[in-house]
Amino acid sequence: MSERDPAAPRWWAAPRTGGLATLALIIALTPFALANNYFYDVAILVGLNAIVCVGLNLLIGYAGQISLGHAGFFGLGAYGSALLASRYGMPPLAALAATTAAVALVALLVGRPILRLKGHYLAMATLGLGIIISIVLANEDGITGGPDGMPVPPLTVLGWTVQGEQVWYWVIGGCLLLAVWLALNLIESPTGRALRALHTSEVAAEVVGIDSARQKLKVFVISAVFAAIAGGLTAFYSGFITPEKASFMRSVELVTMVVFGGMASTFGAVVGAAVLTILPQALTVVKEYEMVVLGAIMMATMIFFPRGAVPTIGAWLARRSR
Amino acid sequence: MSGLRIEGLSKEFGGVHAVLDLSFEIRPGIVHSIIGPNGAGKTTLLNLLTGVYFASSGRISLDGRELTGLPTHAFAAAGIGRTFQNLQIFFNMSALENVMTGRHLRENCGLLAALMRTPRLVRAERDCRDRALELLRFVGLGGSADAAADSMPYGALKRLEIARALAGDPRILLLDEPAAGLNPTESMEIAGLIRKLSQAGTTVVLVEHNMRLVMDVSDHILVLDYGRKLSEGSAEQVRNDPRVIEAYLGAAEQPEQAHA
Repeated sequence: MSERDPAAPRWWAAPRTGGLATLALIIALTPFALANNYFYDVAILVGLNAIVCVGLNLLIGYAGQISLGHAGFFGLGAYGSALLASRYGMPPLAALAATTAAVALVALLVGRPILRLKGHYLAMATLGLGIIISIVLANEDGITGGPDGMPVPPLTVLGWTVQGEQVWYWVIGGCLLLAVWLALNLIESPTGRALRALHTSEVAAEVVGIDSARQKLKVFVISAVFAAIAGGLTAFYSGFITPEKASFMRSVELVTMVVFGGMASTFGAVVGAAVLTILPQALTVVKEYEMVVLGAIMMATMIFFPRGAVPTIGAWLARRSR
Repeated sequence: MSGLRIEGLSKEFGGVHAVLDLSFEIRPGIVHSIIGPNGAGKTTLLNLLTGVYFASSGRISLDGRELTGLPTHAFAAAGIGRTFQNLQIFFNMSALENVMTGRHLRENCGLLAALMRTPRLVRAERDCRDRALELLRFVGLGGSADAAADSMPYGALKRLEIARALAGDPRILLLDEPAAGLNPTESMEIAGLIRKLSQAGTTVVLVEHNMRLVMDVSDHILVLDYGRKLSEGSAEQVRNDPRVIEAYLGAAEQPEQAHA
């Protein structure tokens, strides 16, 4: 072990060690607060959304490229896995892997032309992509079951069937930890620096030799893969999927989670996913005002935490501890 | 054929020629300055030489290798580094990370290695970090490695850009007004830095309005006016060229005033 750099944070304060340990601890302890299967179900939804958001945050938060079509990749992941496993009888894990590879290819082919666009134009193009996917899923009822959705066989791994909320909780918890670990690693690599660089100054990134088009495409594909895997897992977990999972509103929800939690903060993406998944469930007590209260909370967050919840609170804590 | 060779280079913006039919050579190992009145096309020329702009016509080659029409990052890969007149710092990073980013070309890490953070990547990152710290010390910012770039003063950011450009081990370094906005002491430090670089074997191309600095460090000077070459030669030759004096002062008078 080399000498410790005095400027580097202690292991418990560094994201890749301390942050990951904290997340693992939260995942391990949460079941004590989960009174019944409904609570487990919400926790699993949090985990699945968080996986998508961690990937999407790499694209939006770090590389500064918007996507309003990520629910499309999520939907492709869900339907691809479901179809390959049910109609073609592939083993579920193989179906998930094949679908993920196919979605990566789609993202690569579609990303190449549309990532040349910037800002509002990129938003429009990804929006169009998402809408096309959701329309195809809803209208090809011969294959997808149309708006009524389709059943999905359970996830079996080497003869063991993953079933029941309590088992799924640990599977998704593990996947989330893995997703966060991969994302944190990527951000602290030369690729992660390249993404952050082209976010602030594309011309400066280019003159130090960063191929910005290639880097954007790379992160677009990675974020699509995260979404596709979460989509596939969602399909196997819920046993039934509808095109609503790939809708435009879902895409907006995902972006909102990333922005709410804090852009360019991996744990912010997790927090954003958690808050915006749990809040609508909690707000059912105010029934018809649910959406109004939710909207008000989000507006207040953006006014008081303009950089998102986690970075703003983090900066505040850092100032306090000084 | 060694060095950077420019032949018949032109750049047109909607009918206006910012650079017109320019031909010159940048020989390796010495300090070249490009000067000229405001609007003479100096920054446009730097943008052409780094692939930020595509030339309307003409050719650019480095050591006999054609660069014309290549994307910006390919110019960097060929060994051309630069700084910017109006800072282009990565403000979402620390000083150290800015310089480490500048080393992008020297790091070849696969995506999988980055995602898994392999031991090899960890070692490469440590080397990159050491080299970046070394460069920060070289430009006199050794104490601000962990400072957030957006909290650093202007003069420090100017030097940070130089460190970032140097991190890619460029063979030619283009400095766009490195002394603009700096006080005389800071300008002297930049002059010292340019000399150190030149002695270390880097070819320096300097665009600068501070004539004292230019005359002080340049081995060769190219004077532009209205996008054309007005004069070229040593500091002494250029200083006494009546065309240069006229461009700077209107009617020719005392040559010394041209570099006051």
